[in-house]
Amino acid sequence: MANLDYLEDLGFPGEFPFTRGVYPTMYRGRFWTMRQFSGFGTARDTNKRYHFLLDHGQTGLSVAFDMPTIMGYDSDHERSEGEVGRCGVAIDSLRDMEIHFDGIDLAKITTSMTINAPASILLAFYLCTGEGKGTGFDQMGGTIQNDILKEYIAQKSWIFPPEPSMRIITDILAFCSDHVPRWNTISISGYHIREAGSTAAQELAFTLADGFAYVEAGIAAGIDVDTFAPRLSFFFNAHLDFFEEIAKYRAARRIWAKRMRDMYGAKDPSSWLLRFHTQTAGCSLTAQQPENNIVRTAYQALSAVLGGTQSLHTNSMDETLALPSEKAVRIALRTQQLIAHETGVANTIDPLAGSYFIEAKTREMEEKAQEYFRKIEELGGVIKAIEKGFFQKEIGRAAYEYQKAVEERRKVIVGVNRFKLEGEKLEIPILKIDHQVELDQREAVRKLREERDNDKVARELERLKETAAGPDNLMPVILDCARCYCTEGEIIQVLKEVFGEYQEPPFF
Amino acid sequence: MGKKIRVLVAKPGLDGHDRGAKVVANALRDAGMEVVYTGLHQTPEMIAESAIQEDVDVIGLSILSGAHLTMFPRLVELLAERGADHIKIIGGGIIPDEDIARLEEMGVSRLFGPGTDTRDIIEFIRKSCADSVS
Repeated sequence: MANLDYLEDLGFPGEFPFTRGVYPTMYRGRFWTMRQFSGFGTARDTNKRYHFLLDHGQTGLSVAFDMPTIMGYDSDHERSEGEVGRCGVAIDSLRDMEIHFDGIDLAKITTSMTINAPASILLAFYLCTGEGKGTGFDQMGGTIQNDILKEYIAQKSWIFPPEPSMRIITDILAFCSDHVPRWNTISISGYHIREAGSTAAQELAFTLADGFAYVEAGIAAGIDVDTFAPRLSFFFNAHLDFFEEIAKYRAARRIWAKRMRDMYGAKDPSSWLLRFHTQTAGCSLTAQQPENNIVRTAYQALSAVLGGTQSLHTNSMDETLALPSEKAVRIALRTQQLIAHETGVANTIDPLAGSYFIEAKTREMEEKAQEYFRKIEELGGVIKAIEKGFFQKEIGRAAYEYQKAVEERRKVIVGVNRFKLEGEKLEIPILKIDHQVELDQREAVRKLREERDNDKVARELERLKETAAGPDNLMPVILDCARCYCTEGEIIQVLKEVFGEYQEPPFF
Repeated sequence: MGKKIRVLVAKPGLDGHDRGAKVVANALRDAGMEVVYTGLHQTPEMIAESAIQEDVDVIGLSILSGAHLTMFPRLVELLAERGADHIKIIGGGIIPDEDIARLEEMGVSRLFGPGTDTRDIIEFIRKSCADSVS
């Protein structure tokens, strides 16, 4: 390929600019982490599912929270009605977190938590759970998603306006750099951007642009880039276009490494590494002939592995219908195990390197991303672009285009617009969440409020309010709130009083 | 030509998955309907109020969070209380078949699952509004 310099543009695996992978041995040294995202019902229900997954050979945990937890409402809040434990686990306080990890050694397992606006609080609950088991903060490893920018852009689970949200994030970066060195503080996520309908190039560009914004915020807050950058990680989607996805991961590594070294002056080589988790594309799954989703997911997972992912979630075949059943999630996990142990693809590193198509596609993805970076810059940066609705409109337009392509059959979706079955009947089991979960959880919060030391709770919440209004790091006081069993909703309420709430102007 | 069909596309509850709602809103608008989109995180009370204020013929709810058995019945009830039960309610999202049957019995006109062609939604709305508007 013209103008392709091997050492400059690709490099050996584990060498700058890491196009071929972040480690010199990749899966020959160690497989990716098999991390299935899971959570439903009460903390007790989810704890049982975690033991099931660990018993079946899963190697890391990944927590899905319910919508009230994600939005900062306790289970007994009126806005939580009908949503408790439905699409994730309900966690209201440290007490729930303790039950959630009952019988699990937090020094031995790493945990990823998909939580954003209230990330500081759920991290505090987790750290205090470990503390209660005698595990030090420095022994615990894991990830909080903590990527608020993509919430404004795509996933739309925000609480506070951008400015105080970014302050909370830089507080977490600083606190973890000092006290929780094994924690991945932000999982900069393209997954949700893609699920909301973006193209692969948009996913790549918007995610990296968010990453740059966090690095710039950390530097602006006076934190040395090399103390926090090695703990930033990424989260990408694995969609249907096999080679395009592989090119996307390769381009992402190259762009990040160059930018970190050359623009942000990072000197520690681990600051240059773009390490990422991948989830197969939920939006590509079909309710029609759901068993076909096993096959879709397998190809997507293979693209993530050939693209050099550090950890992987494979979707279950029934996820367009409900939360996954045990059977479905076991097949999903087995899909990863098959790729790792049977196909032999893990014996080699970046085997597609040097293929004209892959290298050209990698460069094309990189160039498209650079073009978006310029546009975002012109708009005044990521937050200004969010306020102008730039990302939201770009994604909305791409989603509508995709839908039209499907309806006009320019894009074939097997079982949906071609190769359909007439009179199809659902033949797989569906997981149901009993309404009793909500009643039980409400009762549990009520009891907690009765039993704890409420004077102490009031004092800590007052201290939280003062700290939020001042310049000091919020994490120590949030940990103190957690330790005396303040609920998530109580902590968020105090922060809302100081920071206000974000509203998005509705448009489509 | 009578007046245009007016549709309120609404996202009740706490989840922010608005891809489907926006795709449907765009498709209905391109089909010549007047579309109002509520934005996210709406309560059934807010949706009923907007529907009445905007004098719509149809409300389309998008729910992917599993809260459908709470949200739809409440909206049906609220519209009835306020004498607005001429407004038809349709919806879409992740809703199991047996819940669809229950909700349709409770007064929801029609629920559309994943993989629905937007032309089917358009046709359904046109037919069900044929008596009142063109």
